[in-house]
Amino acid sequence: MALLAATAGALGWMVLGASSAQAQDKPPEAPPPAAAAPAPAAEAPKDATPAAAPAAAAPADAAAAAAPAATPPQQPDSTATGANGGTGIDIQWPSYPAKTDPKTGFTTGEPTIDDAGKTTAGANSEIVKAIAHNKISINVVWTLVTGFLVMFMQAGFALVETGLCRAKNAAHVMSTNFMIYGLGMIGFWVCGFAFMFGNYANGPVNIGWQPTLGQGLMLLNKGYSITVGGHTLGLLGMKGFFLSPEVFDTAIFTLFLFEMVFMDTTATIPTGAMAERWNFKHFIVYGFWVGMFPYAIYGSWVWGGGWLAQSGMNWGLGHGAVDFAGSGVVHMCGGVIALAGSICLGPRLGKFGKDGKPRPMPGHDIPMVMLGTFILAFGWFGFNPGSTLAGADNRIAIIAVNTMLAGAAASIGTMLTMYLVTGKPDPSMLCNGLLAGLVAITAPCAFVNSAGAVLLGFIAGIIVVFSVFFVERVLKVDDPVGAISVHGACGCWGVLSVGLFANGSYGGGWGGVHKLFKDGQWMRLVNDGSKAVFDQYNTMIGTDPKTGGWTDVGVTGIFGSMFGSTAPSGDGSQFGAQFLDVCALFIFVFIFSYIFFKLSNLVVPMRSKREDEIMGIDIPEMGAEAYPDFQLTDRTSPKID
Amino acid sequence: MKKIEAIIKPFKLEEVKDALAEIGVEGMTVTEVKGFGRQKGHTEIYRGSEYTVDFLPKIKIEVVVTDSIVDSAVSAVVKAAKTGKIGDGKVFVSPVSEAIRIRTAESGDKAV
Repeated sequence: MALLAATAGALGWMVLGASSAQAQDKPPEAPPPAAAAPAPAAEAPKDATPAAAPAAAAPADAAAAAAPAATPPQQPDSTATGANGGTGIDIQWPSYPAKTDPKTGFTTGEPTIDDAGKTTAGANSEIVKAIAHNKISINVVWTLVTGFLVMFMQAGFALVETGLCRAKNAAHVMSTNFMIYGLGMIGFWVCGFAFMFGNYANGPVNIGWQPTLGQGLMLLNKGYSITVGGHTLGLLGMKGFFLSPEVFDTAIFTLFLFEMVFMDTTATIPTGAMAERWNFKHFIVYGFWVGMFPYAIYGSWVWGGGWLAQSGMNWGLGHGAVDFAGSGVVHMCGGVIALAGSICLGPRLGKFGKDGKPRPMPGHDIPMVMLGTFILAFGWFGFNPGSTLAGADNRIAIIAVNTMLAGAAASIGTMLTMYLVTGKPDPSMLCNGLLAGLVAITAPCAFVNSAGAVLLGFIAGIIVVFSVFFVERVLKVDDPVGAISVHGACGCWGVLSVGLFANGSYGGGWGGVHKLFKDGQWMRLVNDGSKAVFDQYNTMIGTDPKTGGWTDVGVTGIFGSMFGSTAPSGDGSQFGAQFLDVCALFIFVFIFSYIFFKLSNLVVPMRSKREDEIMGIDIPEMGAEAYPDFQLTDRTSPKID
Repeated sequence: MKKIEAIIKPFKLEEVKDALAEIGVEGMTVTEVKGFGRQKGHTEIYRGSEYTVDFLPKIKIEVVVTDSIVDSAVSAVVKAAKTGKIGDGKVFVSPVSEAIRIRTAESGDKAV
C-alpha cells in the first residue's frame, strides 16, 4: 500500500479547480525539487483566478481608464468547462533537456522551457498556458478524430460479416452488428468504463509521465486491489459509473469516447462467429453484458493499471504486459468470447455431416466482404496511431506505417498459403488475411521497425489459414466468418510478438520499469514515485561521463537486436510478461464468457428455432427481409441430416 | 400451335433471339434457371473445405409458334445455341390448346 501511495503521490500534481475538492484519495507528497517551481506555481492559477477576479475588478476600472490595452483578458478558469486547460505541468520535462532521438530526429519527450532546464517563463504565465493548451488540444483532437475512425469500423465489421453469410439471414446479421453499437456503448457507460479505467491514474507509469489529454485524467483514481506477498495487484477500477459528475471532464470524456469504440470492436467480433443461428433476444442480453463486464475487467488488468501491467514492477517481467492498441485487450478478447459463444451455440444446421466433416456454406456477397475489409483497414489508421492518445507524439507516423505494412504482408502471406494448400486464393480468406495482419500488429505497432512489422504480419497471414482449418476440422466449431482465427489466434500472436520483435526504440519506462543500458551493462529502475529514484534516473540519463550516459532503452523483445535495437536484447522477461498476459486472458475470458452463455441460455434461449433457421431468420426474428426485391435461391445450403 | 421450350447456355441468348427473329418469331419469354444433365457438376473449395457444384446457371426460352414454322424455329434455335461442348442444353416441343392476346382479345394463330 505504501508503494501505491508513493506512486499516487508522485503523480498527484493536481491542477484542477479549487471547487473540485474531491482531491485524489492520497494527498500528494512534497513534489521533487526540479518540478517544485512549476508545481506550486501550477497551483497558483486555481487559487489566483477566483481571488484575482474580485481583486482585478477594482484595478480594472482604474486600469481601463488609464491604460486600456495594458493587460490581456483573463483566461476563463480552465477547469470549469475544461475548454481551455493546460499549464506548465503539461509541458514541463523535469530537470533535463528533452532527448532528440538520433534515428528519427523527433523529440519524443516534452519540450523544455530553456536549455539549462530552468524555467524562464512562469508555469502559470499566459505564454506557457497557451503552449500547454495547444499541446493538449492537439492530443484531444487527435484522440477524438481517431476514435471517430474506429467507430466507422463498425460499418466494416457489418459488411464483412454479412457478406460471408447467406442472403436469407442478411438482415439479421446486419442487425446484430448494428445494435451492438448502442447496446455495448450503454453497457460501457453504465459500468464498463468505470471498471476498466476507474483507477487509470494509479497505474504504473514512467518517470515524469503526464496525462496527454489533460490533468483531468488524474481524477480516475479509485479502484480495488489486493495485496499478495507485499505487492499490490490492481483488480478493478471503481470510479466513473454512468460517467458521474465526479468525472465530468473533457480529458475523461475524450478517453471515454476512444475506449468505447475499442470496446465495441471487441463486442462485434462474436456476432460474426455466432451468426445465422443466434436468437436476437439473447443477443440483446449479450450486448449489454459484453459492454459491462468481460472486456472491462480483463482490460483493467492491462490498460487500467491492473496486475498484468504491474507485473513488471512486481515480478520483474519486463515492463509488465505491453499491448499498445489491443491485440490482446480488444482482439484476442473478442476472439475468445467468440469461441466460447460459438461452442455454446452449436454449429449451423447442416454445417457438419454425420461423419463430422465440415461442409462449406459460402457467403452471399464477396464484394461486400472486401469493401468491409477495406473500411476496417482504413479504420485501423485510427485504431493503432490513435492509441498514443497524443497527436503531439510523432511516433504516430511509425505506428501508421507499421500498421499498413503488416496488413499488406499478411494478405500476401495468406494468398501464397492458399495457393500452396488449396490451389486457389479464396477471396474470403484473402480478406481474413489482411485483417489477421492488422490484428497482429496492433500490440507491437509502436515498438517494431518496418522489417519486424512485415515479418510478423506475413506470419499472421499464414497462421490465420491454418487456424481456420483447425477450428473447423479439429475443434469442429462453426465460425462463418473466421473471427476466432483472425482475432483470437492472431491477436495472441500479436501480443507475443511484442516480446519477440520489439526493438527498444520506444516505450522507455513503460509499466513503471526503466531499463537503462550503458557499456554492456543493464540496470533496471522501478518508478516507485520516490524522489530518490527520480534523482537517480535523471543522473543516469544525464551527460556526466562518470555517472551519466545511460540510455533508457524502450520495450525490447528477444530478437530486438536483429530489428534495429541499439542495445542488445536477449532479455526474455518481456516475452514472459506477454505470455502471462495471453494465459491470463484466455483462462479468465473463456471461463467467464462460457459461464455467462450457459447461464443466460437458461433465461433466454441462445439458439434460433430450428424451422426459423432453415427458412432464414430474417423474417421470423427481424420481421423483414434484407432483399425483398430479389428472389433468393439459397442454392448453396447443404443438406441437413 | 406449339410451344418450344429451349434450355440454353446464358451467353447464347442474344444469338438465339436474333436467329428466331430472322425466321419471323416476334415474341418470347425468358427465365433464369439452374440445372444439370447427364454430366455431373464439379468440385470447388471454399475456405479449405470441398463442395460439389451440381446446378449450373441456364436460360430458358419459351416461344409459342404456329404449326407451319415449328420445324424451322427448332432448327434455328439448335443451330444458334450449339457450341459442341457439354451443357449446350435441350429443346422441348409441346402442343398448345389456346392462345389469347390480352390487349385485343384475339385468339388462335392470330394471337401468336
